[in-house]
Amino acid sequence: MKARVHVMLKNGVLDPQGEAVRHALGSLGFDGVDGVRQGKVIELDLAETDAARAEAQVRDMCEKLLANTVIESYTIELA
Amino acid sequence: MRAAVIVFPGSNCDRDLRVAFERAGARVSMVWHKDTELPGGIDLVAIPGGFSFGDYLRCGAIAANSPICRSVVAHAERGGHVLGICNGFQVLTETGLLPGALMRNAGLKFICHSSELRVETTDSPYTAGYAQGQVIDIPVAHHDGNYTAGPDLLARLRGEDRVALTYCDNPNGSVGDIAGILSENRRVLGMMPHPERAADAGHGGTDGAALFDSVVAQMALA
Repeated sequence: MKARVHVMLKNGVLDPQGEAVRHALGSLGFDGVDGVRQGKVIELDLAETDAARAEAQVRDMCEKLLANTVIESYTIELA
Repeated sequence: MRAAVIVFPGSNCDRDLRVAFERAGARVSMVWHKDTELPGGIDLVAIPGGFSFGDYLRCGAIAANSPICRSVVAHAERGGHVLGICNGFQVLTETGLLPGALMRNAGLKFICHSSELRVETTDSPYTAGYAQGQVIDIPVAHHDGNYTAGPDLLARLRGEDRVALTYCDNPNGSVGDIAGILSENRRVLGMMPHPERAADAGHGGTDGAALFDSVVAQMALA
């Protein structure tokens, strides 16, 4: 089964890259962009076929490696 | 005094760090990241600057999970000394040996220049050779040195006198101008600037030498 992990900086943590993208969009003439947050998408191909077990496994991966939970949050999608 | 310098693929300050420790009188072993055990009798582990594993995923994240890092964490938990410089500081926050995190510089640019640091505490084996409040000139060279800590952690670090070094002119957006912090037992120091690049007259400055002299002398006494 496949899993897709989204890793984002937590709300309240200033995202300097997102801010730079927002400024660049403004200078291209895209008005009305009030905020930009930049994150990562990580796709995993898993041998596990049980959704609950797969989710538990991916959650463990996020806590140990894929996200730095001091500054980042993550969400998991299974497909 | 015996020190181990850990070498990851992408480390590039490992040999400079070795030279700085040897100059101060330490015996130094270079230890490859795939080793699972530190050599016997190591007093201090030094984690060098560079771009371990190409900074993939997050700076220091892959290195922090390499085989040798389990031994480094165990060494620290036994009360051993650990010094992490630049990428080494990032590795230490990723292992959890030091709190907080290092994010992309606020100005988004890689910065590489000399920087004035203020010695905020002399109560550590690394900073005992400086004077309280002394300003020292140590180079910085990093892209992700923006130290991040929430208000509670920042208050705790300050309350426990664990902010070792601050920038006189903050180059990267670090909270509280923090350039280096100590662990609770004061034996683990993480810092973004490079004292090993200011440890020989040929470097153009020697303000970093006292850090190595100090920790080697303190540990020779212990």
